[in-house]
Amino acid sequence: MPLLEIENLTVSFQTAGGQFTAVDKVSLHIEPGEIVSVVGESGSGKSVAMLALMGLLPWTATVTADRLAFNNQDLKTISKSELRKIIGSKMAMIFQEPMTSLNPCFTIGFQLTETLKIHLGMNRAERKKRAIELLELVGIPEPRKRLTAFPHQLSGGMNQRVMIAMAISCNPELLIADEPTTALDVTIQAQILELLLNLQKKQGMSLVLITHDMGVVAETAERVAVQYAGQQVEKQQVKGLFSNPHHPYTQALLNSLPERSNSKILPSIAGVVPGQFDKPKGCLFSPRCDYATTKCHTIPPTAASEELGKALCHYPIVDGKPTNYPEEVNP
Amino acid sequence: MSGEVILEAVGLKRYYQIDRGAFKKPAVLKALDGASFKLKKGSTLAIVGESGCGKSTMARLVTMIEPPTAGQLNIGSENVTNASAAVRCNLHKKVQIVFQDPYGSLNPRQKIGNSLEEPLLVNTPMKKGERREAAQKMLGLVGLRPEHYNRYPHMFSGGQRQRIAVARALMLNPQIVVLDEPVSALDVSIQAQILNLLTQLQQRFDLAYMFISHDLSVVKHIADEVMVMYLGKPVETGSREEVFSKPHHPYTRALLSATPVADPFRSKERIVLRGELPSPISPPSGCTFHPRCPSMTEECKYTAPELVKKGGCMVACYHPKTY
Ligand SMILES: Nc1ncnc2c1ncn2[C@@H]1O[C@H](COP(=O)(O)OP(=O)(O)OP(=O)(O)O)[C@@H](O)[C@H]1O
Ligand SMILES: Nc1ncnc2c1ncn2[C@@H]1O[C@H](COP(=O)(O)OP(=O)(O)OP(=O)(O)O)[C@@H](O)[C@H]1O
Ligand SMILES: [Mg+2]
Ligand SMILES: [Mg+2]
Repeated sequence: MPLLEIENLTVSFQTAGGQFTAVDKVSLHIEPGEIVSVVGESGSGKSVAMLALMGLLPWTATVTADRLAFNNQDLKTISKSELRKIIGSKMAMIFQEPMTSLNPCFTIGFQLTETLKIHLGMNRAERKKRAIELLELVGIPEPRKRLTAFPHQLSGGMNQRVMIAMAISCNPELLIADEPTTALDVTIQAQILELLLNLQKKQGMSLVLITHDMGVVAETAERVAVQYAGQQVEKQQVKGLFSNPHHPYTQALLNSLPERSNSKILPSIAGVVPGQFDKPKGCLFSPRCDYATTKCHTIPPTAASEELGKALCHYPIVDGKPTNYPEEVNP
Repeated sequence: MSGEVILEAVGLKRYYQIDRGAFKKPAVLKALDGASFKLKKGSTLAIVGESGCGKSTMARLVTMIEPPTAGQLNIGSENVTNASAAVRCNLHKKVQIVFQDPYGSLNPRQKIGNSLEEPLLVNTPMKKGERREAAQKMLGLVGLRPEHYNRYPHMFSGGQRQRIAVARALMLNPQIVVLDEPVSALDVSIQAQILNLLTQLQQRFDLAYMFISHDLSVVKHIADEVMVMYLGKPVETGSREEVFSKPHHPYTRALLSATPVADPFRSKERIVLRGELPSPISPPSGCTFHPRCPSMTEECKYTAPELVKKGGCMVACYHPKTY
């Protein structure tokens, strides 16, 4: 049984210019102990989808879903207090900006022990012991001393680790890590990824890793979901995704990586992601797609089969070539 | 002529005084502690290293935003440090910079056109019409459209703003462009567009680039020469081929092995460094990398190693890997 089930999650925001759909029918199942990565351009709704799941969006957001369940418990119908028990303890999140999610006015120790008090009801001595243990686990030197430090006294990498320590303090079954290493140097990034993988191995924790670093995806994820302009355009096992991408966006994204190209001029994707006011009528990727036909510009595609990574495309790519492609047009 | 040395730095240093409150002596922070390198026409020198190792400091010295504490900087045949005001003014035009943040580097209240014309207004006797023509031509060169001339920065995407920043840097026909993390804030697909633009402009105008980045896959793509820095000092320099295929310094090797590779079929050994970058105010003794170094021995703790030739590279290490 999947640990997390998300079925057709849609999020729209009320904005000055009207309703804006930031997440459009996204589905995701996570098995216990699995590492799934969510990738996609900036603004494609990766963070918003996860914040919706955690019930952390402002009132301007409208969230709908066919199913949202954690451990078979329906998150849409459970009470607020039940939800609060799950979030932060069984299901935890590391947010994209560590400095905005740590409170600058409280010490690291206080912030760590508060979570433990709320969720695990430990006494003072137990909490302190556990806090030191956690800081040690995330590789912070001299943890006893750091308990009295304020966030601004620590480096970015250290704060990021404190965030992780807080997120894992109650041994969550699911950890959602939103760009956990983006602001960090590669050597620190390597340390943090190793730490997350260790937790996943030792405690059987499931991990959702949101990132736009395809290198990180290749080296850590088992499965990958690709998002574009709020939609999920492809879902595959990591090896399949890199060797045989089925959606033209995934293919173009991989081709534009400097390390996968031999020529000085990279095959780049022309143009930019559509915004609120220039959403195309048909396929959302069609204005930037090399294979787009009249059909693509006018009719929104439906998801292809499971074998084709559920690619949201009229002509899913197989071995680098579009299938069922009309003969008269040459891409 | 391509390949001609256009900028040379010898033992460049930049120290900062840090006040530590009324009762403590001010400390000295060695942001850059002796860097020597040459920049050639039409080629790219990449500066890599972790946050705080002095990359942006180097950029500020090379673009003459700040004077060096010690060392010498030559641009063309001129020694910048002793140059007269008039000569310096001329040199300023030759070296331009593009900053990391495509959002912060443009004035939000200034139209793109005016923003591009500003360097011409300040530095040249060009008339209004000429300036406008030059700005519109430049917009075309960086892949934007003439109608963008009258728009404000907020109307552009991150990638477009970075194009504008590049356009602005090129307005005075510089010979050297310092690019401080020019693609770090961009999506992969937009990053590719900007890298292509930089490559095309370099070929067209024979530009010398000083390319600052912490993303080694980007550096591997764009650089001709690479300089790896650690705590204000170069620890390894060499051609791209040498540095990437035969890295000698343990720090270079750690950086390379920590860089994730977008290939799930590849399994690689990884050197995971322990600990954080030490404080530059009180750097470790001897080789400043020794507390994190997997190959550290006693001698590393006492005297700092000098840069010496090793294969095709210059390496500052007592225990470089040999090939
Ligand atoms: N409170 C809000 N009101 C209106 N629009 C919002 C709000 N929060 C997010 N959005 C919009 O929703 C879209 C998706 O944003 P989201 O933060 O999920 O992107 P992302 O995929 O996480 O991008 P990144 O890689 O930059 O983190 C964006 O266009 C964003 O501007
Ligand atoms: N004006 C200044 N006064 C005092 N210290 C400074 C000043 N400018 C930079 N420093 C310090 O010098 C060191 C090098 O800074 P620099 O900005 O050059 O690093 P960097 O390599 O560009 O890092 P990043 O990758 O984070 O941009 C840092 O420790 C920084 O705090
Ligand atoms: Mg996000
Ligand atoms: Mg910098």
